[in-house]
Amino acid sequence: MLEIRELRASAGDTEILKGITLTVNPGEVHAVMGPNGSGKSTLAQVLAGHPAYAVTGGSATYLGQDLLELEPEERAQAGLFLAFQYPVEIPGVSNAYFLRAAYNEIRKARGEDEVDSIDFLELLEERLKLVDWGPEIMSRAVNSGFSGGEKKRNEILQMAVLEPKLAILDETDSGLDIDALRIVADGVNRLQRPDNATIVVTHYQRMLNYIVPDFVHVLSGGRIVRSGGKELALELEARGYEWLEEAVGAAG
Amino acid sequence: MTEALLQAFETRSGTATAEGPEWLEPVRRAAMARFGRTGFPGSRDEDWRFTPLAPITQASWRPIDGVMTLPAAAQLAPFVFGHTDWTTLVFVNGIYHEALSALGPLPEGVQAGSLAEALRVDGRLLQAHLTRHAPVDGSPFTALNTAFLREGGLLYVPADTELPQPVHLVFVTTQEAAGAVIHPRNLVVLERGARAAVVESYVTLAPGSVSWTNAVTEVAVGAGARLEHTRIQRESEQANHIGLTQVEQQRDSHYRSFSLAMGGALARHNLHVRLNDENIETLMYGLYLTRGEQLADNHTAIYHDRPNCRSWEVYKGILDGCSRAVFNGKVVVKPEAQKTDAKQTNRNLLLSDGSRVNTKPQLEIFADDVRCTHGATVGRLDEQGLFYARSRGIPGPEARRLLTYAFAAEVIEEVALQPVRAELDRLVLERLGVI
Repeated sequence: MLEIRELRASAGDTEILKGITLTVNPGEVHAVMGPNGSGKSTLAQVLAGHPAYAVTGGSATYLGQDLLELEPEERAQAGLFLAFQYPVEIPGVSNAYFLRAAYNEIRKARGEDEVDSIDFLELLEERLKLVDWGPEIMSRAVNSGFSGGEKKRNEILQMAVLEPKLAILDETDSGLDIDALRIVADGVNRLQRPDNATIVVTHYQRMLNYIVPDFVHVLSGGRIVRSGGKELALELEARGYEWLEEAVGAAG
Repeated sequence: MTEALLQAFETRSGTATAEGPEWLEPVRRAAMARFGRTGFPGSRDEDWRFTPLAPITQASWRPIDGVMTLPAAAQLAPFVFGHTDWTTLVFVNGIYHEALSALGPLPEGVQAGSLAEALRVDGRLLQAHLTRHAPVDGSPFTALNTAFLREGGLLYVPADTELPQPVHLVFVTTQEAAGAVIHPRNLVVLERGARAAVVESYVTLAPGSVSWTNAVTEVAVGAGARLEHTRIQRESEQANHIGLTQVEQQRDSHYRSFSLAMGGALARHNLHVRLNDENIETLMYGLYLTRGEQLADNHTAIYHDRPNCRSWEVYKGILDGCSRAVFNGKVVVKPEAQKTDAKQTNRNLLLSDGSRVNTKPQLEIFADDVRCTHGATVGRLDEQGLFYARSRGIPGPEARRLLTYAFAAEVIEEVALQPVRAELDRLVLERLGVI
């Protein structure tokens, strides 16, 4: 589904990703972990096409297409979804309007008919249940005045409506209390299917108790320094990142 | 140009423009004399510093006496919003037309109609208010409007009376108004405890037609009265528009204004509100949308004369092309106006490199126990917001339009009356190309 080879990316003059190689197959859940500044959020944003980063080397192939050639909206239309670490507030546009606009753009790109607001409401009501929300949230402006937890929950609602093939969750656990974390993680789990995949970017192991990964990758200094199964996350939780960074440093 | 206007004034005698009760003609003459002395504001006038008046002062404007060919009701349909239960008063090239207007059900004692007609029937009622609120020495344009005072909308709401539906004043200019100046004069009086909503629309039926509208609206909000006042200026983008809204509020009253400016090559609106007594609330919202070579100038002034009043102001602008905008927000707090709570915000969104805005708060505060704040911003569309929308599948141009609309919608939301809000929303969505 996604094949990243020796991917390098910079913000301004600073190189942040220094050669990332990662393969994600349908049905898999990958966790990308790492200390602050390791480049894990940059990886998520580069995959979604954030214009602040310049790709300076390597490749990323998504469903047979050159992902890096696509505009951010084309990536979304092709089924890639980034749940933002800091979802953006858009005062003045209702959650319902925004989400229907996104839903219809994606349908249009696939050659499907747009849905009217009544049909969309029906779909929405069903998806709202997935994040344990009532319809009131849809008339509020997008993320405007939302609590940290509400913003993250809204990301998962968007994901539930847009039904991506590849979802990248960027620090979705940060700022969530334990109840909100459970709701968000439940939502993500219920959206998993054999033909889609999830990349969970996180600093802490906590989230991975709920969304159990098939693979764990540890980023440090813009490179993947170790990959393993879910037990690697537990080891990191117990021993911290320094242990691994020292081990890698010693090996290098 | 000043000479031509003086001459036009002198040759009015015997025409409808000179009609009215006895007390009015001396007022007109004094106003014309005033204009004769001052002429148009000069380029050094601080009040017009960023707004070159040459399109008005360097052209020759003829008076216009109504219309030869009345527009069809269908032509007006897009401008009257289709609310059959509203009272809609239609003025074509300055003259009231009953056939195009519609009077909704009005409570007893309410007067809604043509000012010229009211002046013929009972000039005394109007004497207490007409020309009493908007001083001719305030601006040469007010003097000129007063000199040619003849026609406009009148709304009178007696004490403790509530209007069930808005009253819509629609000022239409047609092709026949090309090269002409029109001086609409409106009077809105709410007696003690009255409640009403007024919408004032300025529209052009002939796109590309160059006319000049010089409008004055006087508003008196009695003790405990509540008025929601919406002004929609969407004349042709070649038109010139100068407007003054002069408001006086009495004790415990509430006045909420929304001013949308999207038409006119040169468009200036002054909103002046005087708070005459205590416990008054004033809300002033504005939105200006400019593109091409348009210039939109909003000058607001709020006079806190007495203690314990609150004023809240938000004006927003969206500028594209090589357009210009000017915002000047004056807040005057007199020494006795303690416990004044005044907040002013002006935010501007520049969509192009060629657009420019001059924004200036002007606070004159002479009381010490007050809370007065102001803020002005000029910025671009938020890049992170654009990326967010695009990452959800919304293409770049649509994402830009959506975020631009969102910027405007935030202030449109402040319009209290849902049907008015819905119309403003539709107008702005259309203008920004979202629908």
